[in-house]
This record gives sequence, structure tokens and C-alpha cells, in this order.
Amino acid sequence: MTAIPTAERALKRSGIWMAIGLLLVAAVYVRALVFTPEEATQGLAQKIFYVHAPSAWVAFLAFGVVGICSAIYLFVKDPRLDLLAASSAEVGTVFTTVVLVTGPIWGKTIWGAWWTWDARLTSTLFLFFIYLAYLVLRSAVEEPGRRGRYSAVLGILGALLVPFIHVSVYLFRTLHPMPVVLRPGKPELPGSMLITLLSSFAVFTLFYVALLARRYAWARLVDARAQSEADRADASR
Amino acid sequence: MRELLAQAWAIAAKDLLLEFRSRTAFLSALVFTALVLAIFNFARDPTAVSAADLAPSVLWITFSFAGVFGLNRAFALEKENRAIDGLLLSPASRTALYLGKTAANLVFVGAVEAIALPLFALFFNVPLLDVLGPLVLVIALATIGFVAVGTLMSSMAVNTRFGEMLLLVLVLPFLVTPVSAGAEMTAKMFAARPFAEWAPWLRLLAAYDITFVVLCTLVFEFTLEE
Amino acid sequence: MPIASAGSPALQVAGLVKRFGHVRALRGVDFSLDAGDSLAVFGPNGAGKTTLLRVLAGLLRPDAGTVRFGGEELVRSNAAHRRRVGLISHHSLLYDRLTAAENLVFYARLYGLAEPRAAAARALAGVGLEERAADAAGTFSRGMVQRLAIARALLHDPEVMLLDEPFSGLDQRAAAKLRELLGRLRAERRTMVLVTHNIDEGLELATHVAIQVAGRFASLGQRDGDLAAYRARYAEATAGA
Repeated sequence: MTAIPTAERALKRSGIWMAIGLLLVAAVYVRALVFTPEEATQGLAQKIFYVHAPSAWVAFLAFGVVGICSAIYLFVKDPRLDLLAASSAEVGTVFTTVVLVTGPIWGKTIWGAWWTWDARLTSTLFLFFIYLAYLVLRSAVEEPGRRGRYSAVLGILGALLVPFIHVSVYLFRTLHPMPVVLRPGKPELPGSMLITLLSSFAVFTLFYVALLARRYAWARLVDARAQSEADRADASR
Repeated sequence: MRELLAQAWAIAAKDLLLEFRSRTAFLSALVFTALVLAIFNFARDPTAVSAADLAPSVLWITFSFAGVFGLNRAFALEKENRAIDGLLLSPASRTALYLGKTAANLVFVGAVEAIALPLFALFFNVPLLDVLGPLVLVIALATIGFVAVGTLMSSMAVNTRFGEMLLLVLVLPFLVTPVSAGAEMTAKMFAARPFAEWAPWLRLLAAYDITFVVLCTLVFEFTLEE
Repeated sequence: MPIASAGSPALQVAGLVKRFGHVRALRGVDFSLDAGDSLAVFGPNGAGKTTLLRVLAGLLRPDAGTVRFGGEELVRSNAAHRRRVGLISHHSLLYDRLTAAENLVFYARLYGLAEPRAAAARALAGVGLEERAADAAGTFSRGMVQRLAIARALLHDPEVMLLDEPFSGLDQRAAAKLRELLGRLRAERRTMVLVTHNIDEGLELATHVAIQVAGRFASLGQRDGDLAAYRARYAEATAGA
């Protein structure tokens, strides 16, 4: 188990990365707002896309990380993997929420409707339910070993569920063609917008890693403190 | 292999015998089903929404909730007198335990569905007999997928506070594929659409079942070991 | 009944450690028993006695240490190991709505016994419950439940018996019957480990006595004193806890 000073140093270091990540996000958004041309049909509202799309990517990436950590944890039983998975789940939930908030805002602005059961948003909604299930399960189990195992089981199942949800939603959409509306899906992006978009994907990914590291370092510190509490209680028995 | 099946069979038979002795869960599920069917009938405007349009959704909502009823009892049975320890102490493999419990759940949910289906045909006036064969197949496949995952989840949920609510939260995302596939295919069948139109859903459901039955069987032991 | 390989102890435990999260329930337990030995473990609540038993039964996996049955190391609880061990807990591990016979037949089938019904009938007769075979277990008195639980634990003829607070909740008569049964088990050269917080109950049947406090044995040895002596030792060992 980590000693407290080591954990505290790791937390400080991760704070620096998070600050850098935040700066980069701000920078790319300044570029998006000021230095990138407006899209012809949607106007200013299209700028949300530079937050919406990368957040969706991170939301799914984060659950992929949960799935991989869960799978390895079940074999190796290293509690650090469990903490990493849980940290990724929390960060992923935040990004999923961003997608679910920016999506309807964008939709309302350009289509006039908050929610249209658009395939990608619906998929993201179900991803949100999986994240929620994961977090609720963790909060319902006290003992760390059991909590780790249960979370890992759900993590693996959830990760494998995601592709099935994608297919279910898309199958529904293709067999039930919705009234044709302006689809702000994959617009043909002129050079400048494409660069902004790709930069924001890269920056959001980095930001995710920084947030993950921060949350993980925090979890390790809490764990180290709990361990030393238990050690002290033991020694006095 | 034979030993595994014999153990699974013993466990499933014991579960069904216990359920038969008390019948509470089964009757609750049936009453709930009848209630849902009746409420849907009262809640809609017959001139605006035809029964046939609503029918598949109602049917599958009913099946989902009846299913969750059944899942709740699966491991709750083992809580009295810590009977689960008795099962874990025995040489019965964890896989046999999972298969036995899942089989018992399938019988339970299947029995509720078997009674709900004719009731449903009665209340909603749908051409059940014309499509009975394919419909039963679809219901069976969807139920297998749902119960396989639900049995696994219930072995975790039973050990937590508010286990029944947690079970619902855990199982909900996993209902998307079986229920949407089931509802879609049911709707197509009632509308007498050709097989080619609902074949993709059938493939999806089959793939889902295979994936999750295998996966759940493999990871089940991790929900039991300490 | 399988006999331990010549020379090796029936049950040998070394350096057993078990953690639950940050809490150390077992902090290094060692002992060795020959066939027919009977270890009584006394300790206050929270000492880790039940944890120790559950590790021996294969219900918990230890974080460190080894457990050997008749020389064979228990690496991961498997069917072979579980056939050699029986557990009696203060929970009955029985189904109230099944009859006594149905409960035993079910367990006989799980253990893969050749003739489940015959084995169940024999086990019931062995504890004097053959007349109540067709009655639901939920209608039994506490003493009868305990006897039925013993019948269940003995179905597969285990060489090691683990008992977790077996006397709890029993009246005088039932306790006497239980002592009689346990004496018979000892005569049959089964190895026993009995844990309890009540020093009055397990002492006379024991060949070895241990006092467990805070996850380890504060004392361990052959029984060499009477109740009063052990009471004093127990009070001393648990003074700080």
C-alpha cells in the first residue's frame, strides 16, 4: 500500500497536468470561437460541435478504460486497477453528461427540438445508464475487495454491451427513417475547421488523461490514509 | 460434464420446488401482469391509438417487469439461514450453480409469459395464432438473454442494501437489446411483414444471447468468491 | 473415510493471513492437528474465529499462508477439498420450506452421493430424526435444527469437521445431545476445529486449546488444565482487547 507522502506528491504532480490540460482546452476553444470560420447554415451554434464531439469520444474511451482495467483486475486482483477503473468511470460520467447537455442545446438551436432520439445521442444516453449503474453499485458495497470484484464484473459486461447498444439503436434508426432534418453529423469540413476539430479531439483526450490521473491520485491518497488508520488501530490491539 | 449438469439440475429442481411451495412471487408477477394490461387499456384513447399499435410495447414492458420479479427471488431464496453457504461448501461448481439458477429463473419467467401472452391477445385483440411459432421463438430468445444477465446481477445485488432497486438499475441497460429486438419483431409479425424485414433483429438478438450467456457463465464465479 | 497419508498431519495451517479491505481479520495463524484431534478455539467477538473457519472450509481465500489437509496443500478451494470438510455453523444452511428429507436429499445430490435417498435416510437416523423426515425444516425446534444441520454436514463423511458456535441457542437437553454426537465424531477419528466465545462449552471435548485474540493465537497447546485454569488464561489474554 502506498505511503501517504508518496501519494500526496503524486496528487500535487497530477494537479499540474490538470492545469495544463485545462489551459489547452481553453486554447483550443479560443481558436474555435475566434479563429475558425463560422459554418454557413448553422451559424454560431455549430461551435458547440467542438465540445460535443470530442466529449462523446472521451465518454466512450473512458468506459473502454473501465472495461480493460476491470478485465485485468479480475485476474490480477491489484486494488490499484480497481481504483483506476473507478476513477475513469467518474471522469467518463462527467464527459457523458457534457454530451447529453450540449447535444440537446445544439439540437434545440438548429432543429427546434430538445430531443429527437438521434442515434448517437440515444447511444450516449444508454452509456450514461451503464455509468450510473457502475457508480451506484460501487456506492452500495462497502468492503473494498467485494466492491472491486462486483465493479469489475459490471465493467466487463458493460463494455461488451456498448457495441450491442450501438447496433440496436442504429438498426432502429435505419428501419424507422426519421423525418429528414438537418443532420449536423459529418459535415464536409474545410481545412481550418478540420484542424480545429482534430485539435480539440487531441486536447480533450489529453484533458481526460489529466483528469483521470488527478482522480486516481486522489483515490490513492484516500486509500493510503485509510490504510494507515487501520494500521494504527491494529497496532493498538 | 455430466456431473455439472446433474448438479445444475438438482439446484434448479430445488429452486422450483421452493417456489412451488410458497407461490408468492409467481402470483405477484401474474397479478402485476394483469394490472399492467388493464391499465394500458384504460389509459389510452381508443380512437386515437389503435390497440394493435400499442400492443408490442405493452407486451414487452410487461415481460420486462415480470422478469425482474423473477430475478429478485433467485438469490433471495438463499439468504434464509445462509443457505448460500451450504451451496458454496458443497463440491457443486460455481458454473453449475449459475446454470441451475438461470434455468429455474427461465422456467419462472417463462411460466409468467405463457400466461400473460394469451391474456394479452385477449385484451389487445391481436392475431396471435397466425404468428405463434415465430413469436414464441422471439420471446424465448429475448428471455434467455435477459435472464442470463439478470441472474448474474442478482447474485451481486442480493448482498447489498436496497438489493431489489439496485438490481433494476443494474439490469436496465442490458434490457435495451432484448426488449427493443423483441418489441420490433413482435410489431413486424403482427403487421404481417416479411421475414427479411425483421431478420437483422433476429441476428442481433442471437448474437447478444451467445455473447452474454457465455460471458456471464465465465464471470459468475467472481461474484461469489471472497 | 479417507486416511491422511502416513506421517502427515490431518490438518496443518501455517502463516494464515486474511484481509478485508484494510482490516486484517487474520494476522498469522499456525497450528497442526493429527487425525482424531480436536481443537477448541476460544476468543471474543471480532477475534477472527469465524474467518479462520471459513478459510478452512474453502469459503474464503487467504491472502497469505498455507492450509494442508493430510499433506495435500489447498491451493484453491476445489471439489476434492470440499468433500473432505464439513461445516456446522449457528446458521442451519437449510431451507425452511423443504422437509428434512428433501433438504438432505438435495445436499446428497450436490455431493454426488450414489444413492441420495438412502444416504439421507441414514443421516437422519444417525441423529435420531427419522420420524420427522417428512416435516418442513421450518417447524423444527432449535435443537432439532442443529441436529439436522449435523446430519447435513455428515452426509459426505468428511474427515475434518468445523464447528462455528454450535452450542449457541441450545437448551440443556439439546446441548447434551450435541455433546454426545461430537463425542461420537471424535471416536470416529474425525479431526475437529470448534470455535466459540463461550469457554464452558467446548473445553471437555478438546484435545488442544487455542485462545484467539485480534486475528492470531495468543496461546495454543494441548489441553492441560481444567475449566478454571482456562478461564483465568482467557481473561488474561483478552484483558487488553
